[in-house]
Amino acid sequence: MLRAERLRHSFGPVKALDEISFTVQPGQTLAVFGPNGAGKTTLLKVLAGLIQPQGGRAEVAGGRRAIGWIGHQPQLYAPLTVRENLRFWASLYSVKPPADLLRRLGLEEHADRPVRALSRGLVQRVAIARALVHDPTVLLLDEPFTGLDRVAAEALSRLLAQHAAAGRAAVLVTHNVEEGTGLATDVAFMRVGRFVHFAPRAGRGPAQVSEEYRNAIA
Amino acid sequence: MRLPELLRHSWTVAAKDLLVEFRSRTAILSAAVFVVLVLVVFNFGRDPTAVSNVDLAPSILWVTFTFAAILALNRAFQLELENQALDGLLLAPIDRSSIYLGKLIANLVFVAGVELIGVPLLALFFNVRVLPYLGPLTGLIALATVGFVAVGTLFSAMTVRTRFAELLLPVLLLPFMIPPLSWAVLATGRLLAGRPLSEVVGWLNMLAVYDIVFVALAVLLFPATVNE
Repeated sequence: MLRAERLRHSFGPVKALDEISFTVQPGQTLAVFGPNGAGKTTLLKVLAGLIQPQGGRAEVAGGRRAIGWIGHQPQLYAPLTVRENLRFWASLYSVKPPADLLRRLGLEEHADRPVRALSRGLVQRVAIARALVHDPTVLLLDEPFTGLDRVAAEALSRLLAQHAAAGRAAVLVTHNVEEGTGLATDVAFMRVGRFVHFAPRAGRGPAQVSEEYRNAIA
Repeated sequence: MRLPELLRHSWTVAAKDLLVEFRSRTAILSAAVFVVLVLVVFNFGRDPTAVSNVDLAPSILWVTFTFAAILALNRAFQLELENQALDGLLLAPIDRSSIYLGKLIANLVFVAGVELIGVPLLALFFNVRVLPYLGPLTGLIALATVGFVAVGTLFSAMTVRTRFAELLLPVLLLPFMIPPLSWAVLATGRLLAGRPLSEVVGWLNMLAVYDIVFVALAVLLFPATVNE
């Protein structure tokens, strides 16, 4: 469903990706943990096709149409309402926004409010709705829990669990091991552009993964 | 990608930009105020006995349109950087040329709005007759505007991620605007002086060729300008 082969990319002397290879199969959720500057966002951008890697290749079954992106920034237009934003993004994918999407994210009562009038947590929820508007089969998530309140974080976790249960794939990058571990079927630790650990989670809990992460990154 | 799909996506992007501008009214208000101020300043800052109105008005008209358009062009891609919406556009399964064409359409509508304000004000302040030549003048303004907005939209995409985007855009754009602007000024002067249309046909043809060449080039080059 998603394959990365010997990805290499540098920004000047800084190696962001250094021979990264992995595959993600349907139903798998890969959580990539790493400190700031490890190359996590670059990895996601290369997988999404937003950055052309200097070496290697990345392949997503179904191409750009299959990808849903949830990032640091909501990719929304602040003067437009929630509904107008979703309609715009849906029309670029030649679909209509799913009828129940706003309800699933608790956004029904905010649908006709401009995005600029929403709180940070609500904006992030709209960003999640935007990413799901075309029913993607591969989700790429860059620090998706940043700025979310507890209710929204739980809603996102539920959505990701449903996504995986439907046989879809996701790659999640974050520096927050506690939040990411519960959702992952596979775990990777990234440091200076390299995977220093990549294995199935296999029942390990957040505490154990956290400790392994600290040891691997130290 | 098929042409109807390309045009549909272009229109989707343009309609979104126009709706955003309609809601925020940031660029149109500043451009409209700018047009009014420039024309007022020129009106009081000129010596009517030194140069006749008909000789002066075309240059002032096009200088005003040029700088008002640059205000809009600066805004065109800035909008996409707020909240990183540009990444969303680049990720969408659409031909990247449709993003350019959508921006071009929205910028043209915007600049046309500014021109709709500028022409009557010019007639008022400079006491030049535009009504008898409204048809050819509209065609001339449309042809010149398409040319420089086409180039400006491309440069706006190229410069938006740079540190001095607002400075860099006019510096890059103005040399490319010299040919269409000089033809437009000359043709506007002839029209306002009541000269026959046959005297301006040559300039109109050159403007049309400029438009075709630069719109085609910009459509081809745009996808490369937005790659990270």
